[in-house]
Amino acid sequence: MAIPVLLAVASLTFFLVKLAPGGPFDADKAVSPQVLKNLNEAYNLNATEWEQYVDYMSGIIRGDFGPSFRFPGRSVSEMIATGLPITFELAFYSILIALLIGVSSGVLAALKRNTYLDFIPMAIAMIGICVPTFLMGPLLVLIFGINLELLPVSGWGQLPGDKLLPSITLGFAYAAYIARLSRGGMLEVLNQDFIRTARSKGLSERNVVIKHAMQGGLIPVVSFLGPAIAGLLAGSFVVETIFQIPGLGRFYVEAAFNRDYTMILGTTIFFSAMIVFFNLLSDLAAMWLNPRSRDA
Amino acid sequence: MKKLFILCLSFLFLTSCSSSVTPVDSGLEDQVFHFGNGSEPQGIDPHIVTGVPEHHILISLCEGLTIPNAFGDGNLPGAAQSWTVSDDGREYIFNLRNNGMWSNGDSVTAEDFVWSWKRILTASLGSQYPDMLYYLEGAYEYHNGLTDNFDDVGVKAVDKFTLKINLKAPTPFFLGLLSHYSTWPVHKETVLKHGSIDDRNGQWTRPGNFVCNGPFNLKSWELNNKIVVEKNPMYWDATEVRLNQIHFYPVSNVMTEDRMFRAGQLHVTSTLPSQKCPIYIEEKNPDLRIDPYMGQYFYRLNTENPALKDAKVRKALAYAIDKKLLVEKVTKCGQIPAYSFTPPGSNGYQPDTTIPFDPELAKQLLTDAGYSDENPFPKLEILFNTNEDHRKIALAVQQMWQQNLGIEVELVNQDWKVYLSREMVGDFQVSRAGWIGDYEDPNTFLDLMRPNRGNNKTGWEDFEYDLLIETANKTTDQEQRYELLKQAERILIDNMPVIPLYTYVRSYQLSSDVKGYNPHILDHHHPKFIYLERE
Repeated sequence: MAIPVLLAVASLTFFLVKLAPGGPFDADKAVSPQVLKNLNEAYNLNATEWEQYVDYMSGIIRGDFGPSFRFPGRSVSEMIATGLPITFELAFYSILIALLIGVSSGVLAALKRNTYLDFIPMAIAMIGICVPTFLMGPLLVLIFGINLELLPVSGWGQLPGDKLLPSITLGFAYAAYIARLSRGGMLEVLNQDFIRTARSKGLSERNVVIKHAMQGGLIPVVSFLGPAIAGLLAGSFVVETIFQIPGLGRFYVEAAFNRDYTMILGTTIFFSAMIVFFNLLSDLAAMWLNPRSRDA
Repeated sequence: MKKLFILCLSFLFLTSCSSSVTPVDSGLEDQVFHFGNGSEPQGIDPHIVTGVPEHHILISLCEGLTIPNAFGDGNLPGAAQSWTVSDDGREYIFNLRNNGMWSNGDSVTAEDFVWSWKRILTASLGSQYPDMLYYLEGAYEYHNGLTDNFDDVGVKAVDKFTLKINLKAPTPFFLGLLSHYSTWPVHKETVLKHGSIDDRNGQWTRPGNFVCNGPFNLKSWELNNKIVVEKNPMYWDATEVRLNQIHFYPVSNVMTEDRMFRAGQLHVTSTLPSQKCPIYIEEKNPDLRIDPYMGQYFYRLNTENPALKDAKVRKALAYAIDKKLLVEKVTKCGQIPAYSFTPPGSNGYQPDTTIPFDPELAKQLLTDAGYSDENPFPKLEILFNTNEDHRKIALAVQQMWQQNLGIEVELVNQDWKVYLSREMVGDFQVSRAGWIGDYEDPNTFLDLMRPNRGNNKTGWEDFEYDLLIETANKTTDQEQRYELLKQAERILIDNMPVIPLYTYVRSYQLSSDVKGYNPHILDHHHPKFIYLERE
């Protein structure tokens, strides 16, 4: 199913980008018709749309996403390969932070329902959901980077500690969702008979929560993780821009602004593949965690 | 699993101990210059790229026949140590340095320039700047396929170190053109080793492959992260170069760049957040720099649009704008109200046109054009690319036109490429525009408005204007030439196909550690004059 989905995405994107007004070689300093003709020739844009489509699709089947229009001498595959490890690393740290904060506060809130330990983390979670990363990022930079001079304000892997603020900024938004999901999941499980049975058998509260309740209570979180990781990969553009991180998100968005056709196509196909893959992974993980579907 | 989780988080936190020594501090000791460079450069092939960030990098890597003068107007010798110009102004003889070397140790020869210029004039390369060399005999013809014999082009290697150039007409600004990177040389053997003469995608510009003749050498290039160049020991004037490295950061977000500067991660920023400029001026921020800049912000009027066909209407619109108010209350960063199309002082040229702010006269002109309460002026549209600063200016102009002329104005913002394509096909009434000079001469502006120029975009053409500029550019006497250009400019302002609003300034932040970064009207800063020193 994944391959037809990706082919459909590639085909649709191919024709949609061509529909957008403006071309890759439009610039403030207008190029002469002769120069434009030469440029179009160099990138096969003088061929018919159908010929270009066939050419492009046969290229991606061979694993060749073509040259970038914006960056002469660079191939799209090379640019994806350059940005991807950094975007992955950022997503990885962010999801770790999100899980640590989100799960612990969500579980705590569920266990201490209707107390301050429920209200305060959930209120913070609501703030986390409401405050966008383009506000959270500069705010953290202002406090920890400029006023307290504790952490660098930008970069990735160049100065000690420069990975912390972007990871927290991106992770915090997801921590908020995870906290609410884990609270809801835990509340549902904690009321079920098997938990009551476990308690009546004399198991310690710690064992009841960690071994029995959390396994079922965190299924919504696991289901959320697949799309969340895919979203983190494709949606890290804002954080990458604020913190000057050379990840894939910036290529993706800037390619659209620059009408870098091959780059738009390459990154769209790649992110689609990521979304398909992580959704599949989270479905499998949720199935494994849920005894009913595992037995079936 | 739990252990792995804790391990990863511990790693992240353990690497978080910030050092108090900032890159600006450590750069001082090592002579490493940290440079905010706007956006990721397209590339570093001087015959392919087109932007300002690319120029900043290329000026450190390659050198043309002349270099910009860091201490005043004009140019200093670069790859050429001297030159002579014939009496008729059409023949230039450049004497190249005997000790000029490429970064791999090869000599820089006249033949290298001939081959490089052949490359940029090769149509299939798709260079966007071949017109910089159209002033040479036969260059236009060669580029446009009217001749396939490069011997017809007016550039010849007389001997190893002598380059002869023949121009179609005396071109008094020719030396200025040579400071543009499109005229700089590339190393033939290196280019051909990684592709053909017309290969846009050759790998010769990669670190390890790149060979050029400038004061620095390409060390590393991390996409969207930074480009590092290091001192080139083969450079003919290497003893004068005091910086050891320059790190170029492609910081496209101006707020991020501002924060990086404040945190000591940059010595210089590419620009300034516009909202911060008045604050920094008020705070007397010692790092704030506002330098003269050869650029003009203006509105294009589509003279083929029925509402704007009449010059009286166009003049009425121009006279109804209070430019002084615009720079004092809207842009607020030292910009200069513009009363001519050419920025004043471009290589000694002082235009004598005026564009008064006179609402009464403007109203009268609109009446003379046949508009009245009974026959009101149609609704007008201002097109601009999506940008908060352009929106503020358009809002102010909208207010002035509504208040002073009673014209209803609609603002239309579009994505950059959509805006460009609409401008190109003439699908606009009024559109915002900006132009930065390519070289230090009024011609870089006035040439724009000649008929059939791709950047005219207004549909306006005046053959007297065209003739005056053509005559001026054949005139060797600078005073006489400027007089002709002034006449042309008077025609332009009298017809008003463009409304100049203000002359740009270069506003940015510069660390006090940086020396030799002198103001330059084209924002060209040759890195051999720059060094770091704390007082």
